[in-house]
Amino acid sequence: MSHIQDITKPEHLVYRKTPLLTDNIMHYCPGCTHGVVHKLVGEVIEELNIQDQAIGVSPVGCSVLAYNYLDIDWAQAAHGRAPAVATGISRLHPEKYVFTYQGDGDLASIGCAEIMHACSRGENIVVIFINNAIYGMTGGQMAPTTLLGQVTATTPYGRDPKLNGFPMKITELLAQLDGTCYVTRQSADTPGAVRKAKNAIKKAFQNTRLRKGTSFVEIVGTCNSGWKMTPVDANTWMRENMFPKYPLGDIKDI
Amino acid sequence: MAKFKGAIVVDNEKCKGCGLCVVACPTKVIELNPNVNGKGYHYAWMKNPDDCIGCASCGLVCPDSVISVYKMSVQS
Repeated sequence: MSHIQDITKPEHLVYRKTPLLTDNIMHYCPGCTHGVVHKLVGEVIEELNIQDQAIGVSPVGCSVLAYNYLDIDWAQAAHGRAPAVATGISRLHPEKYVFTYQGDGDLASIGCAEIMHACSRGENIVVIFINNAIYGMTGGQMAPTTLLGQVTATTPYGRDPKLNGFPMKITELLAQLDGTCYVTRQSADTPGAVRKAKNAIKKAFQNTRLRKGTSFVEIVGTCNSGWKMTPVDANTWMRENMFPKYPLGDIKDI
Repeated sequence: MAKFKGAIVVDNEKCKGCGLCVVACPTKVIELNPNVNGKGYHYAWMKNPDDCIGCASCGLVCPDSVISVYKMSVQS
């Protein structure tokens, strides 16, 4: 019978917080997908050993404070304009690994033009897109990606296509553009899904090194506060309702 | 046959008690502690430490990266 003290020795360590993450306590709600994806970005940058070459562009939304948590260089863009700012940075510093980190309210709504044209130009950047079908920071309003019938603060009777239009599958739209080299949709709800998402983010950063064009990684995530659920229920709801509309997997890989 | 014994160390004060590690654990080792930390969250802890196999599933899904996982092989 071995004691816990015998097991918890440095030589037995198999998983720990990546040093790329700072010691600041994240402001995200308990169970938020942002925390997992921040960690994955940090682990990928650590594994590729590009801490001093990675430049992130944070959006407006919950993840606006991402620069407090990942110990790399950051810029913060106006609402939706992260791909435009990333374009400027990557053209001035073509040897750097430039990525944007955006939510669905930021990328799919107000920043729709910027992401379309950045992908159309094939800028050598990575775009990480967190799709939780809601505006989380401002109190759970309807986003372009909100599902039909989904109750939000601004659609209290559910999203009605006659009044509010249809959900936007932005990742499929971007896959049609010639500038994108890698377009994928992942999730981060189970250990297996987290591993796959990490591989996708890693591949996206490697594409930057190969100068292949824009890599777009969508992560279907939860907003348990906005959805008014517990974190575990939110993951179940996401699997049952969001995955049929937003199927996981690689959409384009050239 | 070599068997693996695992253990986790949770940063109690940083844990927000979301419970994602509880459902991710394949051997039902982790539960939320009845006690609360300084922020009032029921933090994760090893309720059944003998069953831990050190698979790191809890660490992978933890949004706040508060779980360190240890794993050692033991001869049965």
